[in-house]
Amino acid sequence: MATTPYNEMYSREGAGRAHYLRYSKWLGEQQADRLTQKRAEADALFHRVGITFAVYGQEEGSERLIPFDIVPRVLPREEWIQLETGLKQRVRALNSFIHDIYHDQQILKAGVIPAEQVLCNSQYRPEMQGVDVPGGIYAHIAGIDIVRDDAGEFKVLEDNLRVPSGVSYMLENRKMMMRLFPELFSAHRVAPVDHYPDVLLDNLRSVAPTGVADPTVVLLTAGAHNSAYFEHAFLAQQMGIELVEGQDLFVRDEAVFMRTTQGPQRVDVIYRRIDDDFMDPLVFRPDSMLGVPGLLTAYRAGHITIANAIGTGVADDKSIYPYVPEMIRFYLGQSPIIGNVHTWMLRNPEDREYVLAHLSDLVVKEVHGAGGYGMLIGPAAPQAEIEKFRQQIIATPERYIAQPTLALSTCPTFVEAGLAPRHIDLRPFVLSGADVTIVPGGLTRVALREGSLVVNSSQGGGTKDTWVLET
Amino acid sequence: MLSRTADHLYWMSRYIERAESLARMVDAHYRMSLLPHSPDELAESLQATMKALHMLEAYTARHASIEPGAVFEFVCLDREYSGSIFSCLRAARENARAVRGSLTSELWETLNSTWLDARGAAARRSVGIGEFVEWVKDRSHLTRGVTIGTMMRDEAFHFTRIGTFLERADSTARILTAHQSDLMPGADAGVVPDPYQWSVLLRALSAFEVYRRVYRDVITPSRVAELLILRDDMPRSLLRCCKEVYGNIKSVANQQSAETLRRAGEMHAHLHFARMEELLGLGLPRFLQQFLGRLSDLGSRIASDFLGSQAET
Repeated sequence: MATTPYNEMYSREGAGRAHYLRYSKWLGEQQADRLTQKRAEADALFHRVGITFAVYGQEEGSERLIPFDIVPRVLPREEWIQLETGLKQRVRALNSFIHDIYHDQQILKAGVIPAEQVLCNSQYRPEMQGVDVPGGIYAHIAGIDIVRDDAGEFKVLEDNLRVPSGVSYMLENRKMMMRLFPELFSAHRVAPVDHYPDVLLDNLRSVAPTGVADPTVVLLTAGAHNSAYFEHAFLAQQMGIELVEGQDLFVRDEAVFMRTTQGPQRVDVIYRRIDDDFMDPLVFRPDSMLGVPGLLTAYRAGHITIANAIGTGVADDKSIYPYVPEMIRFYLGQSPIIGNVHTWMLRNPEDREYVLAHLSDLVVKEVHGAGGYGMLIGPAAPQAEIEKFRQQIIATPERYIAQPTLALSTCPTFVEAGLAPRHIDLRPFVLSGADVTIVPGGLTRVALREGSLVVNSSQGGGTKDTWVLET
Repeated sequence: MLSRTADHLYWMSRYIERAESLARMVDAHYRMSLLPHSPDELAESLQATMKALHMLEAYTARHASIEPGAVFEFVCLDREYSGSIFSCLRAARENARAVRGSLTSELWETLNSTWLDARGAAARRSVGIGEFVEWVKDRSHLTRGVTIGTMMRDEAFHFTRIGTFLERADSTARILTAHQSDLMPGADAGVVPDPYQWSVLLRALSAFEVYRRVYRDVITPSRVAELLILRDDMPRSLLRCCKEVYGNIKSVANQQSAETLRRAGEMHAHLHFARMEELLGLGLPRFLQQFLGRLSDLGSRIASDFLGSQAET
């Protein structure tokens, strides 16, 4: 990598950044063995509380911890305000886009986005055409992945509008930090995050079908073997709502009910944590046991709210991502506050030509890939893998995009060898309902392997507590 | 509450109770194995007990003969056998995990760390049987205490309690079945009862000290039977368990559960007004067999009335 990454804690000259001064002074005073002991304490607590994720394809009981790093990622107030404004703007535009696509398709008519890129996308759901959803909100919960480039500027790397996860780690990491290092919280004014479940519940209630005075909200999970099950159970418990599986729900007379010990009970809002494909076996995958037969009928009749709505994937696809800045201009008439990472679309011949000539410098991503899979990191890849991607790109160019290899910012991290810089990103959670709200902070993910740029938990990533300072 | 949630809570508490009952059973025989006695007696008692608990077949499929060490190991730590204490603790934790949002975090953490520790103990293979069963009893006591001390007195609590007491009634009835020949009428007269057998039976039901307090006299079969079947103040007696089952079903009654409640009430009333002579007249084996049948019927009725097997109407 040619450029030096931006270090969140220290400037290029090695001086501590103003908002980190107090923390780095404290950190300098800590004995290494105290930190080691605190880290072990955190691991033991996470195990005991069962804050684990299931690893697919392995034996039962294979639950892992997501490594937790005890050094927080700190954001000063001014930077957060800028991020918050930019995120709200972006998510508003994305919701307008999804609504438009499933109604008049003005953005396609105006030629801003090629129609076939939207309508031929596998994430476009024709079943949603002309369906009105409460408030016109589709992405009620959005997880927007933010990175900071070598110039210190925030960029959006990816929008997650289907079933973004990770918010439970944001909450548990804070709880853990307060337990391990209470002294830090009396020395810093850290904006609280623990009201997130309340805000989320308010948000979900605000989008209930019209006419429902006291809506019943449930959280739909695929079950205890799903990798994010801990989060599902955690959020349901924190919100005080039922955690349901598909088998607990049924549809009668175009309305959704859950089976309870006291007989059927009407459900008004489903916060679902399973993909579109599994929601209704009568409409999507017929072999799915996770969903509810007939759900789409109730949905289209307006008798149930599904959050996030069916069909949001059409807006968070990597092939649509490059157009988000245009959406902001088109729907809001504003210029984007947070920019995109430059993206080459390999369907375009001139982009393709450039990318094929510079594969070893770029990151290539599969349009439908997620979790850090189906990705080529040119500078780190062996020649054979580059060639493999070259052939795949030539065969099906529309399946790929390419981006420059970003020097993601780094944050000091407590690894085996002591404190060392590791690359990080940030996923704030943007809630849209009657209003758009963001709990200050988000989930900071960190690539624990030296030099690695992949922060996904499935690939050796860890997490940090994220502090937004109030002063 | 969700029927599925109720189902998981019910099974969660059944499995913890079952782990405790098995631990008591092993503990009693383990103590017996440390006393001077004829090895045949111990083996016979183990065989009768495993038979009553429906464990004998699985055991003989794995082991050629009834050897106390092998039996203890099998009942406590066999990972493959679904009826072992190890498997019960795993099942309790899996059920709890499926509904962890409906449990208090203290209760979930108790069950989760019990399972993590059991897994550790099974992996290390260094733990002694006596120590292990003591630990299982402690964890069961702790789980029960946390349940009573932290859970709201709502449906979730009542289904948890129904599971506990149905399982306990089942376990007491089976342990009595294993020793029924010693409890037959006439066993009182003349024959000196085998002190080992009595101590095993009473200890397995945590009733040894209670017996002394209640009767302050030598152990006789009819008193033992009375204590374990008809004493209202004996926590593991059939009467006490039926009383708890009835009361908890009453608290969760729904539109279709009237017949289930009636049957639970009938079982309770029958024991409440029964006299020992009458039960002995019927013959204990027959009484116990009938009781286990009714208990199993009650279990199925609870499943269909509350736990998710119900129709959509």
